[in-house]
Amino acid sequence: MDIEIPYNVEEREDTGLYNAKLGIWLFLASEIMLFGALFSTYIILRTGDTTWMTAVKGAHLNIPLATLNTAILILSSVTFVMSWVSLKLKDFSGFKKYMGITLLCSVLFLVIKFFEYKAKFDVGHYPSTHNFYAVYFTITGLHGIHIIGGIIVNAYLWLPGSKMWNTDPKRFTNRIEVAGLYWHFVDLVWIIVFPSIYLL
Amino acid sequence: MNKEKLNIPKSIYGFGGALISISGILLLCSFLVGTFLNYIVSAQTLINSISAFFLLIGGYYISKAKPEIKWGGRLISISGLQALYIYISPSFTPDLIIYFPPIFLFFGGLIIRSVDNKFGLSGILISFSGLASLILLILPKIFAINSYPFFLYLYLIPIVLLIFAGFVSTCSEFKLFVSKYIFSIDHKWIGIQYGITSMIFLLFGFSLMMIMRYQLAYNMGTGELKDLISPDMYNALGAMHGTIMVFLGVVPMIVGAFGNYLVPLQVGAPDMAFPKLNMASYWVYFIGGIVMLASFFVPDALPAHSGWTSYVPLATLSSGSGQTFWLVGMIFLITSSLLGSVNILVTIIQLRVKGLTWMRLPFFVWTQLITSFLLLLAFPPLEAAGIFQLLDRVAGTHFFDPYSGGSVLLYQHLFWFLAHPEVYVLILPALGIVAEIISNNTRKPLWGYKPMVYSTIWLGFMSFIVWAHHMFLTGMGTTMSSFFMITTMIISVPSVVILSSLFLSLWGGSIRFNTPMLFALSFLPMFGIGGLTGLPLGLATADIHLHDTYYVIGHFHYVVAPGTIFAIFAGIYFWFPKITGKTMNETLGKIHFYGSLVAMNGIFMPMFLQGLAGVSRRLSNGGYDYAHAKEVLYLNEIMSICAFALFAFQLFFIVNFFWTLLRNRYDTEVDTNPWKSNTIEWTDTTSPPLGHGNFEVIPKVYRGAYEYSIEGHSKDYCPQTEES
Repeated sequence: MDIEIPYNVEEREDTGLYNAKLGIWLFLASEIMLFGALFSTYIILRTGDTTWMTAVKGAHLNIPLATLNTAILILSSVTFVMSWVSLKLKDFSGFKKYMGITLLCSVLFLVIKFFEYKAKFDVGHYPSTHNFYAVYFTITGLHGIHIIGGIIVNAYLWLPGSKMWNTDPKRFTNRIEVAGLYWHFVDLVWIIVFPSIYLL
Repeated sequence: MNKEKLNIPKSIYGFGGALISISGILLLCSFLVGTFLNYIVSAQTLINSISAFFLLIGGYYISKAKPEIKWGGRLISISGLQALYIYISPSFTPDLIIYFPPIFLFFGGLIIRSVDNKFGLSGILISFSGLASLILLILPKIFAINSYPFFLYLYLIPIVLLIFAGFVSTCSEFKLFVSKYIFSIDHKWIGIQYGITSMIFLLFGFSLMMIMRYQLAYNMGTGELKDLISPDMYNALGAMHGTIMVFLGVVPMIVGAFGNYLVPLQVGAPDMAFPKLNMASYWVYFIGGIVMLASFFVPDALPAHSGWTSYVPLATLSSGSGQTFWLVGMIFLITSSLLGSVNILVTIIQLRVKGLTWMRLPFFVWTQLITSFLLLLAFPPLEAAGIFQLLDRVAGTHFFDPYSGGSVLLYQHLFWFLAHPEVYVLILPALGIVAEIISNNTRKPLWGYKPMVYSTIWLGFMSFIVWAHHMFLTGMGTTMSSFFMITTMIISVPSVVILSSLFLSLWGGSIRFNTPMLFALSFLPMFGIGGLTGLPLGLATADIHLHDTYYVIGHFHYVVAPGTIFAIFAGIYFWFPKITGKTMNETLGKIHFYGSLVAMNGIFMPMFLQGLAGVSRRLSNGGYDYAHAKEVLYLNEIMSICAFALFAFQLFFIVNFFWTLLRNRYDTEVDTNPWKSNTIEWTDTTSPPLGHGNFEVIPKVYRGAYEYSIEGHSKDYCPQTEES
């Protein structure tokens, strides 16, 4: 590209932000509206349906596994911050290590999710069975898609994308920060999903 | 200079080669369609014809490249022409003629090969392609070879050869061509891409409507439908007309095209904040549009036919896969608008040049900012609703099925949570365009710039809490109705503030009545009619009578058709010199304007009468079965004639557009600021702007956008970048 976009790397004085950071916050605002609509649907369907509680009682959602998943996801968020901090401290190998752990955690999350889904399908619980399962599969499924998107981006930044560290370290650190904001959001969604669907 | 002259024919050759490649790729598509979906014969013929057409044009461009290979290109062109003839009129084809295209292709390629070494390889490939297809045509006549299944796949040989021929000839130019014109990351070109695409969609949506108008005027007089279109098809046309006009036509035009082209120029940025995201946004929109259009060609014959609102349970239960296409298409469009709105927001917030404070921004930029916020925050709930409906249709869930614990009203809430802000997405940038043009052509500042800005922000906020006024008759309860009725009355206040400010801006101005100004001026009363007729609809009691009648159709068409679309035309006439360096013809423009104004009112004014009489919308016989409709049905013919007249007057625009574009091609004398405007896009760049990057020197802003006719100043305008 032959042109230079201002404030791509450096912060703008009056906003205190670089472009991508503002962009990701706006994107997350949009995501909040999406998950807000999903959770509103959950509330409306649950309060409007008399057969809901019996379906929940018969559902046997695997709470221990989901708890484990919650812990894994929170751990991945912590290691993500560590990887960003490592870059800030100019410790590239630290970044590689912590980002690796983050990726491992996120893949582990999906593997556990797979076994959870499989257990549901094995006993014949499909999205069409009851609206409870419809909500369960839709929300956790969309969350899972967000995890997959995060894995793709993080893996890119971990391996081929990390070459940028040699040419433009500040910009690369910014990228990690922006990816991290997204990852924390995905984590946060799960922290709301877990109590509201599994525990309530 | 000399070098440039040498380069031109080469690039033309490359362009021709690219077209031949496209022709080959289309043939490949046709082959795939024919092999795997062998029931769509008409689609295959269509693709083949387009492919032949590309061959025709490709040959033409090659013939222009160099005098030596003139006849090579011409032979290829003729080959394409013959193929086109064969595909279009298969029943009249004499047996012999099918051998001609490959023969011409063979010799055309041979001539290119023999004269020009550089492109020799492509010539060889073209002639081999011709030879191979000739053999494949003759072979089955001699041997019974086509009984073998593998024979079919031999047809791939000439097709692949053709693709490579074009590719080889262009490989030096191909990358340049693609990165400059197809996957461009320059906001100006992306804006033009958006503009062209949405223009085509607008015209297409308009044609659908004309079919419906014909049906209403002439095919229901006896009460029994003649064969023009079935009631189901009428529903499909109605649903697709709405969807195409709103989501594929007006929004991409007013946000995608105008926003993309003008916002970076008006804030003094070299490009959008995220150029690649910008490109992705266009292409996702393009795919969404293709998916929507594809639903016209699905085997079970009907696109979505449950209204543009796709209310459940009708949409969930509707037959065929058209509705599923609609949902998938919508998800693409939502993604596109998400990417686009983030981009516009970041551009406005981050990339304003030095001195361009918030209250110095052109009003157009303000409207784009608020519009982008609306798109950003209002679309996701529709995405959720789309996903739910898709799951209901595909995975058998019961989100919207009341028999299994679902909620029908839920869909309407999610839909209108988007679709009401969407109304302001349609109208706000239009107000922005009109404000720019009015201030420029009255040669005086906007009256009440700050109140207008605050009203826009207030409007944007309020638009999120009025959505259920579309649902007064759903039985959601009087408490809800009262709340939404009150918020609806409140939201009319800022709209009136903006419109009044625009009217007052005219006071005491020395108005220039050029075409853009005429469109902008007529926007004011037209939008006024649209807005004021909305008030009775926003009152829960009056809405009992008016709900779902032609009154509603008249109301929102006044807002969008003579409202927003007039603003779009005003904007095109106004910024056309910016984009091309040429001013459009005034006489043709004025014919276009006066004709459109009369025709638009002729279409939509009678709808109020029909609606007040109680005629329901969405009836394929226009309400012929109902006694209360009898008195007003005669209006249908008037409305339809006006609709056809409206189309006729658009021809003046189309002619004007292309005629201006092609005229004075080598004219170097360009007035960069023909309207004598203040804003940066006119004063600090050439017309058309420089390549990627827009500004030679980064501008610095010293004043607001509307400082016209200042006392004691030498000119009657005062550019934003002029130091005081």
